[in-house]
Amino acid sequence: MSEQAHAEHVVPPGVYAGIISTLVILTLLTVYAAYVDLGRFNIVVALGIATMKATLVVLFFMHAKYVPKRTKLVIMAGIFWLALLLFMTLSDYVSRVDYRGVQYPMTRNFSASMAQKS
Amino acid sequence: MHRTGALFGQFKTLEQQKDTATLGMWIFLVTEVMFFGGIMLAYTINRHTYFHAFAMGSNTLSLPLGATNTLVLLASSFTMAMGVWSAQTSRKQLLSIFLMLTIILGFVFFGIKYVEYAQKFHHHLVPGKNFDIGYCVHNPNMCPDVSATELQEEGERLDAAEKADPNLQAHAQLYFSAYFGMTGLHALHMVIGAGLLFWLLKNSFSGQYNAEWNTPVDMVGLYWHFVDIVWIYLFPLLYLIDRHK
Amino acid sequence: MSMVSTAPAPKMPEKHYLNATYGIRSWLLTTDHKRIALLYLASVTFFFFIGGFFAMMIRLHLLTPNGLMLTADQYNRMFTMHGVTMIFFFLIPSIPAVLGNFFIPLMIGAKDLAFPRINLLSWYIYIIGGMFTMWSMVNGGVDTGWTFYTPLSTVYSNSAVAPTVIGVFITGFSSILTGLNFLVTIHTMRAPGMTWFRLPLFVWAHYATSIVMILGTPVVAITLALAGMERIFGLGFFNPAMGGDPILFQHLFWFYSHPAVYIMILPAMGVISELIPTFARKKLFGYPFVAAASLAIAVIGFLVWTHHMFVTGQSTYAAVAFSFLTFLVAVPSAVKVFNWTATLFGGSISFDTPMLYAFGFLGLFLVGGLTGLFLGCLGVDINIHDTYFVVAHFHYIMVGGAVMGYLGGLHFWWPKMTGRMYPEWLARIAAFTLFIGFNFTFFPQFILGIMGMPRRYHVYPPEFQIYNVMSTAGASILAIGYLLPMIYLTWAAFYGEVAGENPWPATGLEWKTQSPPLTENFEVTPVVTWEAYDFHNRPDLGLEVPGGHGPRIVAPAHGDD
Repeated sequence: MSEQAHAEHVVPPGVYAGIISTLVILTLLTVYAAYVDLGRFNIVVALGIATMKATLVVLFFMHAKYVPKRTKLVIMAGIFWLALLLFMTLSDYVSRVDYRGVQYPMTRNFSASMAQKS
Repeated sequence: MHRTGALFGQFKTLEQQKDTATLGMWIFLVTEVMFFGGIMLAYTINRHTYFHAFAMGSNTLSLPLGATNTLVLLASSFTMAMGVWSAQTSRKQLLSIFLMLTIILGFVFFGIKYVEYAQKFHHHLVPGKNFDIGYCVHNPNMCPDVSATELQEEGERLDAAEKADPNLQAHAQLYFSAYFGMTGLHALHMVIGAGLLFWLLKNSFSGQYNAEWNTPVDMVGLYWHFVDIVWIYLFPLLYLIDRHK
Repeated sequence: MSMVSTAPAPKMPEKHYLNATYGIRSWLLTTDHKRIALLYLASVTFFFFIGGFFAMMIRLHLLTPNGLMLTADQYNRMFTMHGVTMIFFFLIPSIPAVLGNFFIPLMIGAKDLAFPRINLLSWYIYIIGGMFTMWSMVNGGVDTGWTFYTPLSTVYSNSAVAPTVIGVFITGFSSILTGLNFLVTIHTMRAPGMTWFRLPLFVWAHYATSIVMILGTPVVAITLALAGMERIFGLGFFNPAMGGDPILFQHLFWFYSHPAVYIMILPAMGVISELIPTFARKKLFGYPFVAAASLAIAVIGFLVWTHHMFVTGQSTYAAVAFSFLTFLVAVPSAVKVFNWTATLFGGSISFDTPMLYAFGFLGLFLVGGLTGLFLGCLGVDINIHDTYFVVAHFHYIMVGGAVMGYLGGLHFWWPKMTGRMYPEWLARIAAFTLFIGFNFTFFPQFILGIMGMPRRYHVYPPEFQIYNVMSTAGASILAIGYLLPMIYLTWAAFYGEVAGENPWPATGLEWKTQSPPLTENFEVTPVVTWEAYDFHNRPDLGLEVPGGHGPRIVAPAHGDD
């Protein structure tokens, strides 16, 4: 049996209670924010809150805060690769201008939303 | 498969075995991130190209049901984490209780999902021959579960969307393709998770999980939390598009 | 067969993994990584034959400008099934699932992989995926090209797209689980003293390959799932008529399929990194750089996929960035080639069959890799995209590179796997036949490509005929080059000369155990105290220089005592 493995960090239930309360509050916040007109920032806020929630779940429910560095590297690699997939593909879509200077719809939407006053 | 801390042949210590299992599960979850990532990409590109259709589709979804499901899954993550804690502290009965609670919450999620899917079916919002994004607006008597004010708002949104996007029906189908694809895949993962939970529950009755050996509980927990995280993202992406209008 | 030439002839060990248990159940329900490797060997060879059959149909048909015997539709099915079978059912599994499965635990001093039952599951998943694809073949095959471009594949094709897509989807999980197994094994199961920088480069190569498998394969899985759903349920992501985008399919598809080519070549490079030091009797030049280059190829390989889409109308700005990255990914490959070559310099080179394959790899991979740069160059690609230039390029890498690596590895490790040696002279003849056949098959295709012959066309202008005939003639020689090893390796497994523990000799940990190995690999867990490829300081293998480190006085190589 030996000593508990370094990965065997026991998180007290009090911490879990705090986390779940925060998660509930963040959920209510995201619903509330959906009804406020923030223009192009609505999606930013929504995804930002979702990421906060996901981070809490990963760090505390999944014990990522207490795992060895190697596991943290695996998690970061996964997130980074997802970002690669999304951003590199989007880099094509948001910059499509043909030889006449005509923009592809998504490029047009993207430029328009960038130019939009918030 | 009754194992009480038994060492598999290729390992030298229990610690090595636990370490290996944990690393393996995290790597598997990374593959799941990339798997869902692909359909997220498809969603992202279509949402930005056909914003009006996506907003239209999103607003036909029931926000109360979606938010409830979100809270249900978050609660199930809590009960799952408590289950792992129970196993880690050798509280065997408590473990069984928390596993049961997690399963029950999972089934609540399925129930709500079923209601939502049935609603889509009745409202002609399943991609295919009979798809009609304006079905409830044009046939209010066929959609008794939608209130009059909601129908009015939907009608206004539909008019604006049809003006902005002449091909609204086709593009709205893209929204629902994303909806069914993403929630369907998510539900499939939850079914697998529920199966794993039942397996854990059965084993927990024989008291084999304790402070010395609780790896399967821990691993299923990681998987279950991941499925929760997918929903944490699906909820705003699918349910909260342009709600403020 | 070390320095002592009067050693008695080795005898087959009494107990080993092949005779430990008997019966079909002991094979089909095995969790021994070595037996699973042999299960894979049989299956990938089977699919190689099927892919080869389709290749034969293509080359026969193209003997005449108007096509010899197939309709356009049938021809489309031939090249599609050739690609699907060879890529997903032969090239991607071959080295990792056969040689990787067999040797990674041995090389790191472990009893088995981290997850032996998942290893077996991987094989079954592969078989089930293969059966779906065979079912589609029986139902007339697919005519969309192995790339399944939409909306042809999802809407308009009248062929068995759905079963094929399902089959490939399923087989993807086999790849994912193998990669997962390797990554975890290499991290957690190394023997005492086997530090990262003492690992054989074959292990590093598989580590890098596993990273690619883990991060890339799920994306093609979801892509095929979406394409399958579009085909079966009429969803519209990739269908322009419904507002979908075919280019989105291509982005998602190539995000995996480009790294997939690195899944196919990195393990072969790992084999070469084992062969060259052994047969040059010299430490590998620049070990850390070769290890780092494997990882660099794996990572940068994910950043270049749009170079398959230069002519689709994608953003020019993105295209420029991807073209630059494509040039960048060639750098670590070049680093490896330089390091292998530097290893040869000053070495004591012997020309056993595995080394012949390594030399073949060096030359052919070089050609394949350099021609990849032509394709990565935007202006040039406009002209040679979708021509036979591309076909020749990737066959130089896949066949001239990956398959040569596979065959070289099979020959090198055959004595360890079976306990018996293959017939050396016949093997050398086969290697030469393969090399000659290969070049006759594919070099004319570069010329055809530059002259403008498009790929995937069932007819061609008459002025191209001479090169097509040359290519087909070469293909028949190539076929003999493949058949010979299949025959003599099988023969040698039962009747070859008993090889002993370390016939070459080579320095890896796998050579410190009996041939064939015991089921549990080592009687006692080895403790590693030596560096990799150290031909000067391995008294345990009879490789020792009197007086410690000496420059080039080494033990005689196999075959020249």
